[in-house]
Amino acid sequence: MSDELAVRVRGLVKSYGSVQAVRGIDLDIRHGEIFALLGPNGAGKTSTVEILEGYRRRDGGEVAVLGCDPGRDRAKMLPHVGIVLQKTGVDRYLTVIETVRLYASYYPRPRSPDEVVELAGLTEKRDSRVTKLSGGQTRRLDMAVALAGDPDLLFLDEPTTGFDPSARRDAWEVVKNLASLGKTVLLTTHYMDEAQYLADRVAVIAAGQIVAEGTPATLGDRNLAGARIRYRLPAGVAPPDTVPGEQDADGFMVITSADVVQDLHQLTGWAIDNRITLDGLEVTRPSLEDIYLALTSEPETAS
Amino acid sequence: MTTLRLTGVQLRYVNKAFWRNPASAFFTFAFPLMFLVIFTALLGHYTVQLGSRTVNTSTYYVASMACFSVITACFNNIAAAVTFQREDGILKRAHGTPLPSASFLGARILHAILVAVLLVAITAAFGRLVYSADIPTGLSLLRFVVALLVGAAAFCALGLAATAVIPNADAAAPIINAIILPIEFLSGIFIPFGSNTPAWILWVAKIFPVRHFVLSMEAGFLGTAFNWTDVLVVAVWGIAGMLLAIRFFTWEPRQG
Repeated sequence: MSDELAVRVRGLVKSYGSVQAVRGIDLDIRHGEIFALLGPNGAGKTSTVEILEGYRRRDGGEVAVLGCDPGRDRAKMLPHVGIVLQKTGVDRYLTVIETVRLYASYYPRPRSPDEVVELAGLTEKRDSRVTKLSGGQTRRLDMAVALAGDPDLLFLDEPTTGFDPSARRDAWEVVKNLASLGKTVLLTTHYMDEAQYLADRVAVIAAGQIVAEGTPATLGDRNLAGARIRYRLPAGVAPPDTVPGEQDADGFMVITSADVVQDLHQLTGWAIDNRITLDGLEVTRPSLEDIYLALTSEPETAS
Repeated sequence: MTTLRLTGVQLRYVNKAFWRNPASAFFTFAFPLMFLVIFTALLGHYTVQLGSRTVNTSTYYVASMACFSVITACFNNIAAAVTFQREDGILKRAHGTPLPSASFLGARILHAILVAVLLVAITAAFGRLVYSADIPTGLSLLRFVVALLVGAAAFCALGLAATAVIPNADAAAPIINAIILPIEFLSGIFIPFGSNTPAWILWVAKIFPVRHFVLSMEAGFLGTAFNWTDVLVVAVWGIAGMLLAIRFFTWEPRQG
């Protein structure tokens, strides 16, 4: 048993035919941590998670989930993990509480079903048939079912994909509640804001590899250094030599700047001296979304 | 021990869900009786020659519909319900819990067998009351029960095996019917075999398990000769179904 890590992955690889879905992934997830695996569709998130859950066999690498190898000791691992699959169903003819009770009965030390229903924010729907639930409520029922066995580790595969903002908020609150119970959570998502709001640590995955890893804050910081100055020059005017930029597709000049104050001073000084108007002048910093897009669209440069 | 306990828990929920699904409960219970009434209304005044015995078609149909109800409850229902659960992701979810596979599938099979026994009892009681059909007693009853249980279990196994060739939930009903209906017709379930039945039909009937199952059940209802070979053929089909299911059964949805 590795006591300090809930999940430890080294050099994980997985191919489907000639397609390499996972190309050498390392992960360390500590107990009690909410860890987000962030990446676009087809990046290898689900493949990775389903290997950890023991649904798929890996081609190579080492995997330890709560000290078990999911490929070999899945039966030993399953009583201690809760799994929320990306797409999944429950029996249509049962009520919320019956569903949670049914799943609780599979585990050696279940949590009280009523408490689980409350944790998932479904107390009002306790005795409703599962077919009467909204999409967001159904997803929270998925979480309740995964919590029924009082797991140490919870896998959440894209818990809010396709939800409206309020349903996402509700789902997030449930995940936050879990964190307060000391559960370890491995979450996959393709929403930057979701990872940022929920996760203690984030790994960005693209084309089967981890391209960046850190806390939501540091993941941003490192890449936030470069700000961007953008403006339009009148026809026939050449840009100043002191702050050269490049012209973008819309005809704007773009300066990627490491020292915005200095560069902006140079530019505006030059414009005032020469009585040149700088139409649409703006200074922007890349959002986390931009960083994420940059990271996931150019996996080779970052790996 | 845990497997046994969990099978019990699971069985209770399968049963609860079954009775709350009006379509499945209706088709499973109403169809055989409805067919019995329709067939006997249409053809009840004829007689069927079974070896040296002559029986009323109405009596014949009591035995036939009892068999039909067992096949529907076991083969059709298991193949459809398990395919639906697979495509809904219920199988995959269950497969990610400590619930043993044997408990999950065992509960479903046990439930289908219980429903089958109940259906045969209802059909027999209905047949006795309305059509004065014979009810097996004594040694004949014992053999009848063995034939019934072996048949029910075999058709459950074949139903599980059939899920392997059903690609999605929409295809379930057509594929199940395409497999079982022709065999039921070719086994004399709906239309009794007579002296002029083509030889090829008799041959087809000999190959598949339905005819053998019918013969083993008819012995109880109609007093015809009981043959352990029929039970054996049904059992062999059941074992083949189980082996195919073990080899080809999947817990994951076929369609993303």
